Amino acid sequence: MVQRLKEVDVVVIGVGMVGSIVAKELAAAGYKVVGLERGEARFTVPQFQSPAIHDELRFDIRKALMQDNTREAVTFRNQSAEKALPIRRWESFLPGTGLGGSMVHWNGQTYRFQANDFELATRTRERYGSNFLDPDVTIQDWGVTYSELEPHYDRFEYLLGTSGKAGNIKGQIVPGGDPFESPRSREYPTPPQKEHYSGAMFRKAASSLGYHPFPQPSSNLSQPYTNPEGVKLNACVFCGFCERYACEHFAKSVPQTIILPVLLANPNFELRTGCQVQRINLDSTRKKATGVTYIDAAGKEFEQPASLVITSSFALNNVRMLLLSRIGAPYDPATAKGVVGRNYAYQTMSSVASFFDEDVFINPFMASGASGTLINDFAGDNFDHSGLGFIGGSFIGAVNTNGRPIQYHPVPPGTPSWGKGWKDAVVKHYNHTVMFSLHGSSVSTRQNYLDLDPTYKDAWGQPLLRMTFDFPQNDLKMAAYVTAKAVEIGKAMGAKQVAGSPRKAPYTTTQYQTTHNTGGTVMGSDPSTSVVNRYLQSWDVPNVFVIGASVYPQNASWNPTDTLGALTYWAIDAIKNKYLKNPGRLVSA
Amino acid sequence: MNKVTRRSFVAGIGAASVLPAASALSEEPPASPPSSHTPAVTQAAPPAIYLFFNAGEVAFIEAACERLIPADEHGPGALAAGVPNYLDKQLGGAWGAGERLYRSGPWTAGSASQGYQLPFTPGELFHQALRAIIHDLDSRGTPFSKMTADAQDAYLKSLEGGDTDLNGVPSGVFFGMLLQMTVEGFFSDPVYGGNRDMVAWRMIGFPGAYADYYESIDRHGVKFEREPMSLGEDGERHIHPDPNIPAHL
Repeated sequence: MVQRLKEVDVVVIGVGMVGSIVAKELAAAGYKVVGLERGEARFTVPQFQSPAIHDELRFDIRKALMQDNTREAVTFRNQSAEKALPIRRWESFLPGTGLGGSMVHWNGQTYRFQANDFELATRTRERYGSNFLDPDVTIQDWGVTYSELEPHYDRFEYLLGTSGKAGNIKGQIVPGGDPFESPRSREYPTPPQKEHYSGAMFRKAASSLGYHPFPQPSSNLSQPYTNPEGVKLNACVFCGFCERYACEHFAKSVPQTIILPVLLANPNFELRTGCQVQRINLDSTRKKATGVTYIDAAGKEFEQPASLVITSSFALNNVRMLLLSRIGAPYDPATAKGVVGRNYAYQTMSSVASFFDEDVFINPFMASGASGTLINDFAGDNFDHSGLGFIGGSFIGAVNTNGRPIQYHPVPPGTPSWGKGWKDAVVKHYNHTVMFSLHGSSVSTRQNYLDLDPTYKDAWGQPLLRMTFDFPQNDLKMAAYVTAKAVEIGKAMGAKQVAGSPRKAPYTTTQYQTTHNTGGTVMGSDPSTSVVNRYLQSWDVPNVFVIGASVYPQNASWNPTDTLGALTYWAIDAIKNKYLKNPGRLVSA
Repeated sequence: MNKVTRRSFVAGIGAASVLPAASALSEEPPASPPSSHTPAVTQAAPPAIYLFFNAGEVAFIEAACERLIPADEHGPGALAAGVPNYLDKQLGGAWGAGERLYRSGPWTAGSASQGYQLPFTPGELFHQALRAIIHDLDSRGTPFSKMTADAQDAYLKSLEGGDTDLNGVPSGVFFGMLLQMTVEGFFSDPVYGGNRDMVAWRMIGFPGAYADYYESIDRHGVKFEREPMSLGEDGERHIHPDPNIPAHL
């Protein structure tokens, strides 16, 4: 028996970073908002406290903060000719669950994309000609520009209190920052974090090669900060238990430390945890949403009517929600028609390990999730790609995030994987190795996509999402090129041995790479190649907005969270100031 | 079983008895460093009690773990670190029963990039594979634990590289899981039963759950030396295994 609840103005699916921000804005504007979160309520105190939080086995290896994949997994195959099988254990990417969402376990790397990224198809054509790319590449413009997003980036970064050094303020290059960045309107809210030894070594070597090192913008704060919402954060102490963990110190910018205290104090907002949304309900015209159906933690089914539905869950789950609700035409790679699930992209991660003598002490365990020193000389379109046969790039950085030894015990290539030889190498290199992270862009292609699996189900009996993905040739060429550049930096640091690991095909689900899954409900200006318009409003059902990295038409050379924060404020502005004043399509199709 | 227990007990005492008593701890990070190879031990390791593995399995697991991470001049190996106990507790608890493993069928062999696709929980996988291994070793005459180290290594390599069917488990899959769990047990917090007295952390200089480096991070290149810290330490630096984890040391 489904219980029908009293209608509210807005229902928000997923109370993570996006859900917390949109709910706060709409509740503050006087609307009745219900937030449905499938996971548990959790807070810095008592849930995130030490010493229990500093447990590598529980959080890194057993993935205690992640989506419960015994109930809700994803199926995977490299090619559509294969049979997709369930990812039975998370490894490659780690969607979170619970109040605060995946942001609770993020690193805090807080980058803007560049102006070029938002008009990637147009600018690539202009600079390199229309035949430059492989024919299967389906990159496109976002339908929104950097200058439109800039105030929203600014607002989001000040919400977080991000620690960094500007490189370009209103067109003026500022020493010490990233000279390649697109203009920002003002300096970061807080100065950069202290520099780790590996970062200092990288800085010196990269400078000697003529590159432009700068401190990584970090939302593990360098100093105490009170954000514009009046919420206070502390300074990070470099505990080394950041990504995959929750912060015990109120020093990492996550919903609990930046906005939930304000949201939860507003009587216009009601948080319901343990609620698994089954679908967005539509009326008989299928052009209007009437609310959502969900099942609570005790197994009871409810219908929550609402005038406006915002799906703000993890990128993959946003795509699945639209497919389960049959909103928008599912993408078919055979015909290249349809839009939902189209342009799934990822991130092309490579790495370089530089091994030093045993009198060089790196102390990898002194780390924040996002301190580090890096260069953007080979990121995005910051270098000439003529003759290279690919677009995109990577930031290259000494981004030392931890020294947790089950996962982190670097050994040179050729080391035995066990026995005396392995143990010797672990002891010899643990505290004497610098790792570079190469964070590579990802083009969308015709054959990489998401749809519903025909065989495997979740615990509620609904089809799992099916992922079909392999690395495009464009990105493999990029990874090889940029890794070679990074190896030169490792050598310039004076390392005894430098080992580059450019990302290779096939993509595997068995090795952690990143949780930057993007696309599937992409934004754009053409309904035949996008699911939502430039305000993240569904083309098909105008009272549904989809906010998440699922709207990225392809993925850039940087971590996606800052851009998602900017898009969230951009969309909520349009919802508050345009949509709610005159509900209907904000862009005519 | 009794025999196995006694042997493990003696091994445990052997490792502990060479170690000095607990030294007083300074909260100041890098001041007057203790040597990284003089762990603080406040009590002898208790005898091993196995609840998941049977006696024959224990004999193989103890000897195999010790070959994967042998005792040497850097410090104790997997056996003295309690890794077999870690495996026993994990496999006998929620992890062994399929915690965080999507378990619905149908089961189909997939590509390497699709990852683990067997219907076995880790507990089932170990019992299945170990039954086949013990049967195989019995037919060869010499128990694994009595083989020379070289012969043990050769046998483990045959498991690692081969796709011998071990009651439905490819030997490489079993070996991979054994190695992964051995590394986990060696480097995880001692509350889980391995890394006894934090020997593995001392070996590499990892300070464990200690977690405040604000003053140290920009003292570049200075070796950080401090007694490691466990999640389970009380004020006197006794480590208490987590009572919520089934099976005990």
